[in-house]
Amino acid sequence: MAGIPIPTGRATANRRASGLVQGLRSGDTFAHLFTLLCAASILLVTAALVHQLYINSALSRHKFGFHFLTGRTWDPVNGDFGALPFIYGTVVTSALALLIAVPMGVGAAIFLSELAPPRVSNAMTFVIELLAAVPSVIYGLLGIFIMVPFLRQYGEPFLKHTLGFLPLFQGPAYGVGMLAAGLVLAVMVVPFIISVSRDVLMAVPVEQREAALALGATKWESTWQVVVPFARIGIMASIFLSLARALGETMAVTMVIGGTPAISASLFAPGYSIAAVIADQFAEATGDLYIQTLIELGLVLFALTIVINGLARVFIISTTKKGSGH
Amino acid sequence: MGWRNIWRKLVNYVMFSLTGLCALITVGALFFILGYLLWHGGSALSWTFLTHLPTPVGEAGGGMANAIVGSAKLLLLASIFGIPIGFLGGVYLAEFGGQAFSSVVRYTADLLNGVPSIVMGIFAFTIVVLPMKHFSTLAGSLALGVMMIPIAVRSTEEALRTVPMMLREGALALGASKWKTIATVAVPAARKGIITGIVLDIARVAGETAPLLFTAFSNRFWSPGWNQPTASLPVMVYTYAISPYDDWHRQAWAAGLVLLTLVLVANVIARLTVSGRSAQ
Repeated sequence: MAGIPIPTGRATANRRASGLVQGLRSGDTFAHLFTLLCAASILLVTAALVHQLYINSALSRHKFGFHFLTGRTWDPVNGDFGALPFIYGTVVTSALALLIAVPMGVGAAIFLSELAPPRVSNAMTFVIELLAAVPSVIYGLLGIFIMVPFLRQYGEPFLKHTLGFLPLFQGPAYGVGMLAAGLVLAVMVVPFIISVSRDVLMAVPVEQREAALALGATKWESTWQVVVPFARIGIMASIFLSLARALGETMAVTMVIGGTPAISASLFAPGYSIAAVIADQFAEATGDLYIQTLIELGLVLFALTIVINGLARVFIISTTKKGSGH
Repeated sequence: MGWRNIWRKLVNYVMFSLTGLCALITVGALFFILGYLLWHGGSALSWTFLTHLPTPVGEAGGGMANAIVGSAKLLLLASIFGIPIGFLGGVYLAEFGGQAFSSVVRYTADLLNGVPSIVMGIFAFTIVVLPMKHFSTLAGSLALGVMMIPIAVRSTEEALRTVPMMLREGALALGASKWKTIATVAVPAARKGIITGIVLDIARVAGETAPLLFTAFSNRFWSPGWNQPTASLPVMVYTYAISPYDDWHRQAWAAGLVLLTLVLVANVIARLTVSGRSAQ
């Protein structure tokens, strides 16, 4: 990586002494300070975001305290709010999405990095990156009009018939519900898993593969027992990144999850996610407490995604450091 | 060859076929989405759709001209707000920044980029809608503009980092000041990458719906100026899709097709420009 050499110690001191006057005259100092301000705006915006979410949820925080996170009622008429159904819906749909998307995404990434000829691999990656650019409301549109009717007519009856002994697959088949939301999310996060995992897998030194092959391993054995473990931290990062995305994904989930603040074991049952309830009810919320409760939900969602994203970034930083050390 | 080796070869073929299948399904998904939108949206797309206001419920026809203009206005104002800040921030990270502060900014930019867009909507709501007491184009643009900053910062920085140090040193050696070197040598040399990053940035927020729901809100009519609620394409797709009317569903498909086409065309052009450059 061609970085800008950073002057240290004496060099800095020398430059500062002679450079300050000259810098002021030529505009350098002004340019430096002005761009610094713009870069710092990232920190300012983030701080302002946290501050706004915090002060504008004060009513709700004071009234419910930490019981907010464990409360199960959602009664806007009487002003009694609990976030548990939404947290449950968010976690279940995201987990379901990862359950489907991780094998799919890692599998495709293995194909693209290990087997496909470069030309094919690049073309397919190009398409997959376009898939990541499709707006989420479009996924929601297809979800409502294609997936939900399909699930209602074929998918859910089939699951009930074959796996109906599990509590997960019981109850009436509405089409909309946790299952639909999880499936849409899976489709949406696969491209992210693929593009990050592919990059990580391709960064594994070719010697690693050759060593395994030279010991008589098949191509799959070398891939699965050597290349994938070597890239595991990067793959973990890609999974965390897509988890954060799934947790915060709003439109597609709102459109297919069914909009019911209830906790039910069945994946067929309609539910609600944090992002979906904000999207659904914010514009029509009346009364300060109601709005501030929704803002507190936003704060919860923010905290959740920041933690997951932060972990993912730490993973990524540690892999790039390891990579450049070789 | 023993059974064990035959088994190992079998596993090899089966597993790689499965990975190929995963890749094919994912790639197929894009063509499925495109095809389905073309099929359903194409039939509802017409000149009237692009140039007329929505009609009242139950009256056939009408279009989404106000939403198209609304989206354009939202993006314009968001770009005016987000791109310069992001661009200059990127210049700082690539040209001026020290190590510690820059790492913090970079890390925070990545985190900010990962904040759910609906939370950005709440942010703009508390800053603009709450004090002004009404929804507006301005509020929607603020939400989108804030979302644009981190991507603009990161893409500008990366583009500038590809410019060889020698070019800068040449300019400095000729006596140019630092900002002059940046403005006349480094930035022009990196312009392709910078513009690509900005186009991708705009394309990304163009499809955002969640931050507009309670900032720009929606509007059945034209929205003059910047201080009133406005319709936008993504919000129209959403409200029309969840409505109970068949005619509105057809219009949702058409609006979805317009939106997807715009986003994909911007993406394809931007990405081909970059790959064309790296192939040289």
